[in-house]
Amino acid sequence: MGLLIQLSWSFALLSILAVGGGTAVLPEMQSILQHQFGIGHTQFVHMYSIGQLSPGPNMLMVLIIGYQIAGVAGATAVLFSFFLPSSILCLYVGRLWVRLGESPWRRAVQNALEPISIGLMGSGVYAVAKGSIVSPLTAILALISLGIILRTQINPVIVIVLSGVIGAGVALYL
Amino acid sequence: MIATTQKNIPRLRDLLIQFLLIGAISFGGGIIAYERLLLVDKRKWLTADEFMAYLAISQTMPGLNSVNLAVLTGDFLRGTIGSVVAVAGLILPGSVFVLGIGILYSTHTNHPMANVILAGIAAAATGLLTAITVRIGSGHWRQLKSVLIITATFLLMSVGKLSLPWVLLIMAPMALYLYRPSKS
Repeated sequence: MGLLIQLSWSFALLSILAVGGGTAVLPEMQSILQHQFGIGHTQFVHMYSIGQLSPGPNMLMVLIIGYQIAGVAGATAVLFSFFLPSSILCLYVGRLWVRLGESPWRRAVQNALEPISIGLMGSGVYAVAKGSIVSPLTAILALISLGIILRTQINPVIVIVLSGVIGAGVALYL
Repeated sequence: MIATTQKNIPRLRDLLIQFLLIGAISFGGGIIAYERLLLVDKRKWLTADEFMAYLAISQTMPGLNSVNLAVLTGDFLRGTIGSVVAVAGLILPGSVFVLGIGILYSTHTNHPMANVILAGIAAAATGLLTAITVRIGSGHWRQLKSVLIITATFLLMSVGKLSLPWVLLIMAPMALYLYRPSKS
């Protein structure tokens, strides 16, 4: 029970701090999971990565983390604590905003938060790369994926699956 | 003020089914685009202006933009229960999917083959995250103010190893000051 409360509290905090979207909290999530729940860097990156294969909002991978830590109860606790606080806040502030009308400050807040969340996403890239770029092969796969996703309209899920297949193929035949 | 013209009021069941569909087919992202397609083009539950206004609020508030947008549009269409239904529909299919892979993952973590596949998947996911960051940042790289804030935030978080609340406490007031509305 104590574990579930600790898990819920951590993800509720991350929920409220997720400025500019879920990926902004990746580095903080990684460090909380490492220090409080004993989830290693590589394991975190693996769970994040397979979560990218799923449909729906891109941070549903938090369920894999909850499941890994405390089974189905953990996944449920994480689901509610990660999605409920920010949603309730958005519901009430959103109503207030619509009633007050468009203020120049809403635009200012959005403009100010955008570069902060890009900086945090940069830290997210760094945190994920530290756990995923572990060999020349993974570096090459990451760069090729980046190039393909930036330059083409191909669905990223296909790129991710292919990269997994290539990784396995190289390990089997080389 | 968001103009309240005559609006199409959807049935809750229809709202749920439509959001479940988005939640089930949005492999590889792009949910906001699907939401727009449904709400504005397909069902005309919202006007394009209403959609843009709610999207702006979604992006300003903490939390995932796609989920916040479901909260706000669900509330606009059917009140609190509409929000609950829209969000539930959006995250339910992916949750089942992701829980399935989570169970597979935790039962096969130590399999040698699983690890090489995961290494390839993680490498591509890093490429994807980098691409998303580059794209979202595209308008910012040439603005001095933005580059300063982006760099300072990155350094505090990744090099200074400050915790996220501290980073926000330091950076948010500075950024708000730099981007304060002009008096003109």
